[in-house]
Amino acid sequence: MPLLEISHLGIDFGGLRALSDFHFTLDQGELVGLIGPNGAGKTTVFNIVTGVYQPDAGDVRLAGKSIVGLKPFRINRLGVARTFQNVRLFGGLSVLDNVLIGFNQSVAHGFVGTLLRSHAHQIEEHLHEQQAIELLGTFDLLDRLHDPARTLAYGPQRRLEIARALATRPKILLLDEPAAGMNPQEKIDLMNLIAMIRRKFSVGLWLIEHDMKLVMSICQRITVLDHGETIAVGSPAEIQENPKVIEAYLGSPEPA
Amino acid sequence: MTQTDPPFTATMFQRRRVPGWAVNGALLGLVVVLWFIGKAFDKNLDPYYLDLLLHIGIAIILAVSLNLINGITGQFSLGHAGFMAVGAYVGGVILKHAAPQGAAVPVMFLGLMILGGLAAAAAGVLVGVPTLRLRGDYLAIATLGFGEIITVVLNQIESIGSYEVGGSAGLHNIPITTNFFWTFLAALICVVVVARLVYSQKGRPFFAVREDEIAAAAMGVDTTFYKVAAFVVGAFFAGVAGVLSATLSGNLDPAAFGFVRSIEIVMMVVLGGSGSITGSILAAAVLTLLPEWLRALESWRLVIYALLLILMMLLRPEGLLGNRELWWTRRRLLAVER
Repeated sequence: MPLLEISHLGIDFGGLRALSDFHFTLDQGELVGLIGPNGAGKTTVFNIVTGVYQPDAGDVRLAGKSIVGLKPFRINRLGVARTFQNVRLFGGLSVLDNVLIGFNQSVAHGFVGTLLRSHAHQIEEHLHEQQAIELLGTFDLLDRLHDPARTLAYGPQRRLEIARALATRPKILLLDEPAAGMNPQEKIDLMNLIAMIRRKFSVGLWLIEHDMKLVMSICQRITVLDHGETIAVGSPAEIQENPKVIEAYLGSPEPA
Repeated sequence: MTQTDPPFTATMFQRRRVPGWAVNGALLGLVVVLWFIGKAFDKNLDPYYLDLLLHIGIAIILAVSLNLINGITGQFSLGHAGFMAVGAYVGGVILKHAAPQGAAVPVMFLGLMILGGLAAAAAGVLVGVPTLRLRGDYLAIATLGFGEIITVVLNQIESIGSYEVGGSAGLHNIPITTNFFWTFLAALICVVVVARLVYSQKGRPFFAVREDEIAAAAMGVDTTFYKVAAFVVGAFFAGVAGVLSATLSGNLDPAAFGFVRSIEIVMMVVLGGSGSITGSILAAAVLTLLPEWLRALESWRLVIYALLLILMMLLRPEGLLGNRELWWTRRRLLAVER
């Protein structure tokens, strides 16, 4: 049984079919890409999986159990974390606090312990702080620990968002256009970072990305969407050869 | 990620921690000190200054509890005086009906503070749940409506059974049972509870809800729970402040809990810095004392008061402390030398 299994997924927005008959599987340790022209429905897929939208058809199963209809915070607690296309950090909070909030669901003690500053509370606070610092060290963000997240440059903000998502201890991490707005050097750094996440954290990675070079060089499998329809599934080499994909991106060779 | 040697490593960060029992012990010590100060003040301090101090204590409770809702959780509420009214009337009506004697006074007063707080917290649930779908301006208007409904209802009720409520004439001659110790004990508990709550792993999501609700939910934060919790805890302490204020003057007037009172509390939160607990404490003291200091200016008083507020907002729009706390430097994790 795959870790994440999506079948026959479909959604309409006011009569407009945004996604139809979408199938997908993802296992731990895999790195899979989701590409397609603008408006193809890529982020819509992520929004359905994370519970932001309710699908009109189909099912999303996490380790065999349907997660359709659950609230976004429940789905995250079951092990699906994400980043956002337009970075959504807690801008006014420090870099450290952003990651600490990611750890919030791992807190085992209750509010009474928190108010009385019990021993269990202090041990857990210390533990989470150390784990957060370690995580931030992995993402090279320690020099800005106490700065508000919104004061970071774009690249570090993207890194912090991924670190925060990993703090929720996900089984599956959805990255929505992590390379958007990055310069070539930052993109190379990001590729190394994604490779490192795959090695170090046992997660299944699912990536939406417009940068073809990045997607083709790191993904094992790729799904291509166009107008909500899945037009191709396969290895990067197969996708590059696929005439339907070329048509979707470059247009039809004959005049219509 | 390309630098060869990162300037900081995870092992360089350490925090010196004070054990919980030591801090709790110190707080208990502070309560004892408060009791002795209260004893001395009740006997020797000029009633005018004592009264002023008690008003500051009540203002601190109101500002800090509203800060939890408005500043920290980001749910702009204009109904705080409404919660205060619920507590004030619960305390006032019961005390007027059955004034305790002798040793029963402190027991009953403590019970009434908790009861008034709980009644206001129940109102907090009533307001919190339906307003969950509202944001920003719409939430502000809905909470404003709640506050107005409370005053209108209090204006209409003359009595409940044999309990006198007073209606629009107000409730008068409530036995005065509050004093310095009760007021500042309640203020201390309010500040400690709110500060410990939000500066912890359990309570950090309050800030996350303010910053970005969608991102907070995607990080596993039950945003509904934290929004209602902010209203419930905030309303509870507003209710406690209500009981204290009812027994400070001995008179209750529904009109005193209207829109203007709510705005005054919002002003304390904004002036102190939204999200800063110590800022709210500071602003509560300043805004309570300012009208007194300006008394010498007589009729110009309100003009100068308003001008000072405008100036303050122009020069420091983020409030006295912004979103920082006075103890901030101690809370920081600093890199130690290798």
